[in-house]
Amino acid sequence: MTNSLNPDLAVRIEGLVKTFGEQRAVDGIDLEVRRGEIFGVLGPNGAGKTTMLRMLATLLPIDAGRAEIFGVDVRREPHVIRQLVGVTGQYASVDENLTAIENLWLFGRLQGLSSTKARSTADDLLGRFGLEEAADKAISNFSGGMRRRLDLAASLITRPPLIFLDEPTTGLDPRTRGQMWDTIRDLVSDGCTVLLTTQYLDEADQLAGRIAVIDRGRKVAQGTPDELKTAVGNSTLQLLLTDPADLAAATTVVRRELREEPVLTPEHGRLNVALDRADQAADVLIALRTAGVSISSVAVQKPSLDEVFLALTGHDTHETDTDLTPEVTR
Amino acid sequence: MTTLAPEQTTNHSADPAAGLRRHVSLHDTLSQTMTLAWRAAKKMRRNPEQFFDVTFQPILFTAMFAYIFGGAISGDVESYLPLMIPGILAQTTLTACMATGVQLREDMDKGVFDRFKSLPISRIAPLAGPMVADLLRYGIAATLTFGMGLLMGYRPGGGAAGVLGGWALAIFAGWSLAWVFTWVGTISKSAQAVQGISLMIMFPLTFLSNAYVPVDTLPGWLESFVKLNPVSHVVSAVRDLANNGAVTAEVGWALLGCLAVVAIFAPLSVRTFRNRM
Repeated sequence: MTNSLNPDLAVRIEGLVKTFGEQRAVDGIDLEVRRGEIFGVLGPNGAGKTTMLRMLATLLPIDAGRAEIFGVDVRREPHVIRQLVGVTGQYASVDENLTAIENLWLFGRLQGLSSTKARSTADDLLGRFGLEEAADKAISNFSGGMRRRLDLAASLITRPPLIFLDEPTTGLDPRTRGQMWDTIRDLVSDGCTVLLTTQYLDEADQLAGRIAVIDRGRKVAQGTPDELKTAVGNSTLQLLLTDPADLAAATTVVRRELREEPVLTPEHGRLNVALDRADQAADVLIALRTAGVSISSVAVQKPSLDEVFLALTGHDTHETDTDLTPEVTR
Repeated sequence: MTTLAPEQTTNHSADPAAGLRRHVSLHDTLSQTMTLAWRAAKKMRRNPEQFFDVTFQPILFTAMFAYIFGGAISGDVESYLPLMIPGILAQTTLTACMATGVQLREDMDKGVFDRFKSLPISRIAPLAGPMVADLLRYGIAATLTFGMGLLMGYRPGGGAAGVLGGWALAIFAGWSLAWVFTWVGTISKSAQAVQGISLMIMFPLTFLSNAYVPVDTLPGWLESFVKLNPVSHVVSAVRDLANNGAVTAEVGWALLGCLAVVAIFAPLSVRTFRNRM
């Protein structure tokens, strides 16, 4: 299924705005999601990702701008939108007072399935998500991964053509995370379109064909995972100098070797620089040895979300938080 | 992994939005309400403490009020019972309604309510469903109040039919007035706030009525409020039905008052529910 052959869009957003009091949680976002793709919305906590999804799912009123799903206006036809979209997230979840099978039966009945049909759909979904044995268990006994799978199963009862996944793996252990990723990939091979939000670059990288990076309610970048990574380099070389006084010398060497500006933390004698290829690290290390700069530790890391942010916005993901932290005066 | 392949999306040129309904039909609304009533009933069964207010209160209040006020108001306990039982009935039902609002608020703070909102279902169903299940609570409260009265020597002159009529009216009144507290539930920020606001509504409604004392003992300004209070009409109607077996104009006024409350507060509740959260 190649998206480029299909010009039809699943989601189209223009200048979407949501204001809470003084704060513009979503500040004029434009987005186009093609049919059959996994589109990732990447950003730190509080960037406006969830708010945006909630508006698209008709859970929050849209303050300004336009949103269309399969050509249907979200503001004008909320009831049609709700038939087109399955929502799974930190918010839209399952009923803790009911068992797994009761939950799925309930959501099936609410969407017009007969009692028997709702029951068989619930059985099918529990089987598909490996939850058969937990069918009659109380949700409170579910592990985080089982809970997420049930959340997702609950959104698929009527086979909606578009699925919203709000941070589907936040808080899951690595193994469960991998299983969730496989499940999400299966959705798309079944013909669904997926719009997912995440805080993790590797998750967006693993799943999404295209990514939009959101910061403070605005879209700061968009592209394929490769395009975004090129913007920050494929990996980062982190150097800790034995003597912080060597920092200037080290900077000169790095600049010469990589034609790249390093990020410095002078008080700790630390220097980070983006690499296109991991083996460039060796060139830098040899050059530093030749220049007589001694190193106490060295690491090559894949770019983190923080670095993507730094590269794209010029500030890191936590800056917003620290702005709000009152200074402690003694 | 092909079991759930959605037919409508495998072909990308098809319009997934074609042929979808733009509104919820009345039939679907009713069916969704009953499904959500089933959910609320399940929840009640698994949290039996939700029945405390409708079991202990009628028993406790009936005994307490009869022995405290009986002598002072009617000379003795037994002659006070016909006046008081319908009053207690109104009060326990109102307390049960209050819990409807508090529980709705607690429910709305949970993720599953957002799921309900995200589904193509009627906006009134998530509010009306629990209220249908609550009919069970009002039923228990009304039954226990009459039962306790009978145990203490209440001999309703209206007979079985009259008592049944009063019982049914009390339940209907509970369901109608619950819309006030449901509305409070949708506008409040927390369950505690609902509790606080509801108490401020419940106490004047029950005590500034003819539930416990004859109206002619009240000062004139208060008397006029008491006569307007729908709770007074419900209490009078239950008295007429249970004590005299008479379907009087009061029964009509009570029903009309209840319907008016629903007509005002049901649309208000749905509107705030739709726009907030």
